[in-house]
Amino acid sequence: MILIHCPYCDEQRPEIEFAYAGQAHIARPANPDSYSDEEWERFLFFRANPRGRHHERWRHTHGCGRFFNAVRDTVTDKFETTYKAGEPRK
Amino acid sequence: MTRFSAFSLFAKALGAHKDWPEQWPDAAPKASYDAIIVGGGGHGLGAAYYLAKKYGITNVAVLEKGWIGGGNTGRNTTIIRSNYLYDESAHLYDHAVKLWDGLSQELNYNTMYSKRGVMMLAHNVHDIQSIKRHIHANRLNGVDNEWLTPQEAKAYCPPLNISPDARYPVLGAALQRRGGTARHDTVAWGYARAAAALGVDIIQNCAVTGIRRGTDGAVEGVETTRGYIASKRVGVSAAGNTSVVMQMAGLDFPLESYPLQALVSEPIKPTFPCVVMSNTVHAYMSQSDKGELVIGAGTDQYVSYSQRGALHIVEHTLAAICEIFPIYRRVRMLRTWGGIVDVTPDRSPILGKTPVKGLYVNCGWGTGGFKATPGAGDLLAYTMAKDEPHPINAPFNLDRFRNGRLIDEAAAAAVAH
Amino acid sequence: MSGYRLPAGGRVDRSKPVTFRFDGKTYQGFAGDTLASALLANGVTLFGRSFKYHRPRGVLAAGNEEPNALVSIHRGPGRFTPNLRATNVELHDGLNASSQNRWPSLKTDFGAINDRLGMFFPAGFYNKTFMWPRSFWERLYEPAIRKMAGLGDAPTENDPDTYTATYAHCDLLIVGAGPAGLDAALEASGTGKRVILIDEQDEAGGGALADPALWPWLERSMKALNAAAKVTILTRTTAFGYYHDNFIGAVERLTDHLPENSDGPREKLWRIRAGEVLLAQGAIERPLVFDGNDTPGVMLSSAAKTFANRYGVAVGKSLALMAVHDSGWHDVFALKKAGIAIAAIIDARTDVDGDLKAEAAALGISVHLDHSVIGVSGRHQVNSIEICANNGNARRTIPCDALLMAGGWTPSVHLWSHSKGSLKWRDDLGAYVPDQANENCRSIGACAGDWDFGKGAVFDVLPTLRDQARIKAFVDFQNDVTAKDINLAVREGFRSIEHIKRYTTNGMATDQGKTSNLNGLQIASTALAKAVPDIGLTTFRPPYTPQTFGALAGHAKGALFQATRTTNIDGWAEENGAVFELVAQWRRARYFPQPGEDMHAAVNRECRAVRGGVGIFDASTLGKIEVVGPDAAEFLNRMYTNPWKALEPGRCRYGLLLKEDGFITDDGVSARLAPDRFHLTTTTGGAARVLNMMEDYLQTEWPDLNVWLTSTTEQYAVIALQGPNARKLLEPLVQGIDLSPEAFPHMTVREGLICGVPTRLFRVSFTGELGFEINVPTAYGRALWERLMADGADYGITPYGTEAMHVLRAEKGFIIVGQDTDGTVTPYDAGLDWAVGKKKPDFVGRRSLARPDIVAAGRKQLVGLLTEDPNMVLEEGAQIVADPKQPVPMTMIGHVTSSYWSETLGRSIAIGLVANGHAIMGETIYVPMPDGVIRATVTSMVFYDPEGARLHV
Repeated sequence: MILIHCPYCDEQRPEIEFAYAGQAHIARPANPDSYSDEEWERFLFFRANPRGRHHERWRHTHGCGRFFNAVRDTVTDKFETTYKAGEPRK
Repeated sequence: MTRFSAFSLFAKALGAHKDWPEQWPDAAPKASYDAIIVGGGGHGLGAAYYLAKKYGITNVAVLEKGWIGGGNTGRNTTIIRSNYLYDESAHLYDHAVKLWDGLSQELNYNTMYSKRGVMMLAHNVHDIQSIKRHIHANRLNGVDNEWLTPQEAKAYCPPLNISPDARYPVLGAALQRRGGTARHDTVAWGYARAAAALGVDIIQNCAVTGIRRGTDGAVEGVETTRGYIASKRVGVSAAGNTSVVMQMAGLDFPLESYPLQALVSEPIKPTFPCVVMSNTVHAYMSQSDKGELVIGAGTDQYVSYSQRGALHIVEHTLAAICEIFPIYRRVRMLRTWGGIVDVTPDRSPILGKTPVKGLYVNCGWGTGGFKATPGAGDLLAYTMAKDEPHPINAPFNLDRFRNGRLIDEAAAAAVAH
Repeated sequence: MSGYRLPAGGRVDRSKPVTFRFDGKTYQGFAGDTLASALLANGVTLFGRSFKYHRPRGVLAAGNEEPNALVSIHRGPGRFTPNLRATNVELHDGLNASSQNRWPSLKTDFGAINDRLGMFFPAGFYNKTFMWPRSFWERLYEPAIRKMAGLGDAPTENDPDTYTATYAHCDLLIVGAGPAGLDAALEASGTGKRVILIDEQDEAGGGALADPALWPWLERSMKALNAAAKVTILTRTTAFGYYHDNFIGAVERLTDHLPENSDGPREKLWRIRAGEVLLAQGAIERPLVFDGNDTPGVMLSSAAKTFANRYGVAVGKSLALMAVHDSGWHDVFALKKAGIAIAAIIDARTDVDGDLKAEAAALGISVHLDHSVIGVSGRHQVNSIEICANNGNARRTIPCDALLMAGGWTPSVHLWSHSKGSLKWRDDLGAYVPDQANENCRSIGACAGDWDFGKGAVFDVLPTLRDQARIKAFVDFQNDVTAKDINLAVREGFRSIEHIKRYTTNGMATDQGKTSNLNGLQIASTALAKAVPDIGLTTFRPPYTPQTFGALAGHAKGALFQATRTTNIDGWAEENGAVFELVAQWRRARYFPQPGEDMHAAVNRECRAVRGGVGIFDASTLGKIEVVGPDAAEFLNRMYTNPWKALEPGRCRYGLLLKEDGFITDDGVSARLAPDRFHLTTTTGGAARVLNMMEDYLQTEWPDLNVWLTSTTEQYAVIALQGPNARKLLEPLVQGIDLSPEAFPHMTVREGLICGVPTRLFRVSFTGELGFEINVPTAYGRALWERLMADGADYGITPYGTEAMHVLRAEKGFIIVGQDTDGTVTPYDAGLDWAVGKKKPDFVGRRSLARPDIVAAGRKQLVGLLTEDPNMVLEEGAQIVADPKQPVPMTMIGHVTSSYWSETLGRSIAIGLVANGHAIMGETIYVPMPDGVIRATVTSMVFYDPEGARLHV
């Protein structure tokens, strides 16, 4: 069970308090109608799924309830950092 | 190839088994092939075999970064069934089940496919509705699947707890009698041996590091840890690592890779006759011919290639097993392991052509790829040989994510209202 | 007691004799014995039969690496446990053990025919045969194989024991309380750190327990540690798995060592999060590989020392040693000093240190250097060994009744490997040792290859005069894997050690290769002519030793497997005979049968009551979310398909929620209480999912919106009062709300008091009748329900359950998300076009509704279905076809999603998803069932009161 640092609570807590929420920094377009089918498909479904450094989202569901971003190595499962939603990509 | 039989076994025994030949040679890569399969699991080896056997393309290499069958082929719970809801899925998986039948004889390798039946439990009204929908659809698709009352389910699988007082009482079950299990390793080895006998090169410890494309964008070959290998046809069948391989060709894919754990108990005398699955309680189990209870757990929640799962997943799985089969509470867990499964947005595989000419893909089988092994191999071979998908795998294309024609088995088993 | 108990010594309590049974025969041992030591003391040498060849087997080891001596323990009804290692079973009065995998008895086992025919069953034999004729696999071969499969019997009764679990946190976790672990604990005990020291044995000490010279030190150390405030010592506790971020799973065994019927949980799961982990797991001695090395009486040298020094038991009257490592010499010196005769020391090395030879000479032990054991005679016990010089000369027979093997040592790197720490090969040890750590973890002592056992050489198979392909030199004892099996695997082209393992099953037994992995590697290395590091190492996986399902399941059993959510009114329903159904995590009253009624009769009565008088329904499980803030309306406008901004306070609206892929995920009626406050409802199963989805959009896509979301599902009890008499019943109980149709029309909400309790009163209907949903603080739910029941008696008030609710809503064509939709249905498919805001520029899922397949013709759409035979109720899930005469596989055009007997209409009704359904109203479709085809007509989904006249009263 991995330990996750919640940037809002500023505490490291066990994974069962959190819910994984997929790849980070996929912004919903302001005007989805302007997206072609291909662009919309990429927004909906295409994910980086890298072997290594991964930007992802977590929610501290059983804590503060906030969504935040993280950089984690998907091979070692070790976190490089976590940061608040809205902060620039790290 | 020395033909395997009771007779050859007897004859070789007299020579103390000293003159068994290699089951397949340890091939070194040639400069070029007519077709390359990336990934030496059951699916990829099957594709190579069918390319050679059915389509006459024998100048084929299977490139495996480690040892063949070392990925999900050797890390799964070996469940075989085809009682899927949608026509597309039922046809796809039933194609595989039909090939499982007789595979041992075709490959001259005992894959130990055992039609011991796969039972799926219903624990609430919603489960009953969903399971009956499957049963009726299967019946009209010619796929066997039948409804059992709790008493009938207990008669088929005596260890089942059908007490109405259970937290999740068993209200009935679907049974696919043709479903069952096989021995995972032998599928990879059997295909490797049969493919090699037809001229296929099985190349282990050969990781693909790049995909070379020509000026027209078409595939020209692959870079590997053992040098460049040319081929105008490359089929990728790399399970959890598909995204990584596809990136080499510049392609993003609608996939995410998750850790999936499974476990076995110590061997005990067989008392568990079939496969039982419960989606509501989240567990499934069978008993191997060695006597181990083979138990599947869920995926961890986050993307990972670590092949290392969390303890709480195992705890929950065993709690679920003990709910359904309380007589096994004192049995002991012997071994757990993790695989990497790649999952598509609609939980159905992608099997067909890619936007890159000459590059074909077989991926996204999620937690259920083993059962499809012969079918996926056959259909990947067909698609590579003809440069067009077979009607069975045509719906499992990439376009469906753009046009919305998803094949969403998971959604169809929607959560309770 | 026979003469195998030494006259003195050991840590057993000779003042406390213990009576136990093995295979029905009664024996005596002492408190402190294991089953193995007690049986050995009684002269028992035969403990079990091997898995494949059913060869007679004795004890190989004294600890958890034991592969042979597996027993079943009987502790009374439901407490049967197979496959326990006799070397780990602590003796207690009344212990009842039996041997396994033999029939009819341990001494006479018919399965041993396999051993005679063993030449036909080499590794992987089953891959090569049992294929003809094809049908025989399932009918004959596999059943026969399964008859032979397994070790111990499977339990047949439910386990009456309980299991418990806990979390623990510490600064330092030390795994293993041998000398290295104890030293580390002593050092840490003065630093203020929270220390947990765990050891799998019944007492701390590890290897020191077999070394009387260390006992005074051990006693001092334990005294100091027991006195240390922050040190927790857990014995009988096995750290079985090392997980991410220094999370260690361990199981403590609490009662198995006590007599039957002891109180308390049987085992306890410890989930330990440690700042730092010190692994002090020690090392395991390796057997040697030679012909006959599995004969009962052939065992690890260190095991013989442990039996003698710790348990006061001689494993034989005259022992021989086959060594390639100095440690065996030291062991037999100790045994000799304990009074046991040593027949000979045979060492395959050409020479050893002079002081070893000197001590052997001083003790009068004959020594054969550069010799090997080439044969063992004796079936159930060694009676002699044959040795010869490694050049093939000097064959001779040495009588002895036990043969000790000193093959060198294998550091226990199991947990280190679980933690993904890397390993490096050490040629001098012939073993892997820890290299780079992946967690905050260190290995210390013997498990790091740091020991004082002396030197050794590494042999794959001992030299033999015979054809190596014809001898039975075992590598994996339990799985009956021999050296020639590994050679066969290599010959057949298996080159990776993982392949060799899987082909031969070497290392896959219940000991997980503790004694076999390294020998297997050495043999493969020789056969492949490759260095060991070049053929890899099989990965150790949790658990370190097998752990019970029960311990891992812990408390999660029965009602505690998963909490059942109940409403405040649930108790009333139970007292009044409700039949319940499970919906998501809730249990809900499905119907309230009166005496003699089945479900059908009860539901019909309940439906009649709602349509003709008044029904009362517990709707508390509906999800509820309070949406508050100046931008609340804007937020809902973006989330839901329909417009929300113009909704006036006091009014309700049906909301339809899509996922971004355009498919319906939830729905519910919501109310605007104030310009900045909404009371949302969701489906029962969707509450958490919807709240999470809304939080996601609010926090990450639209953080500029000033809105707060709060789950209020459990804050309100909700009572639906439905039927023509609902208003009359309600009116006298309500204060501050005008219930007249003009003041309080359909789809509005009012706040006031009911029976003096604050209420949010909705005028809504899921039945098509005049109806109210009364929200009160949860604690008042049952009181209000009982008041309504009492006051409603005059109006024929009738409680109804979810089944009647389903029928009533289906009569009105109201869908249930998750039943009539399945995650592939769009608003248009569901006939809910009216709920999609056509003028809205955006809402969640809107863009997906324009995708090619979503706008294509022929999609499945929700329609009503009326069977030609009005008495025929379709089965939910039944499939629909256009042409019932087509051959299988048929083209299916849809399926039945909801189907009921409508008491109101006096006929059956159904809802189905049918391809192009909205365009084929009035046409006939077919439902082929196993016993015949049912004809039905496609109709509107609204079967009852299509004008809604009954609502607007």
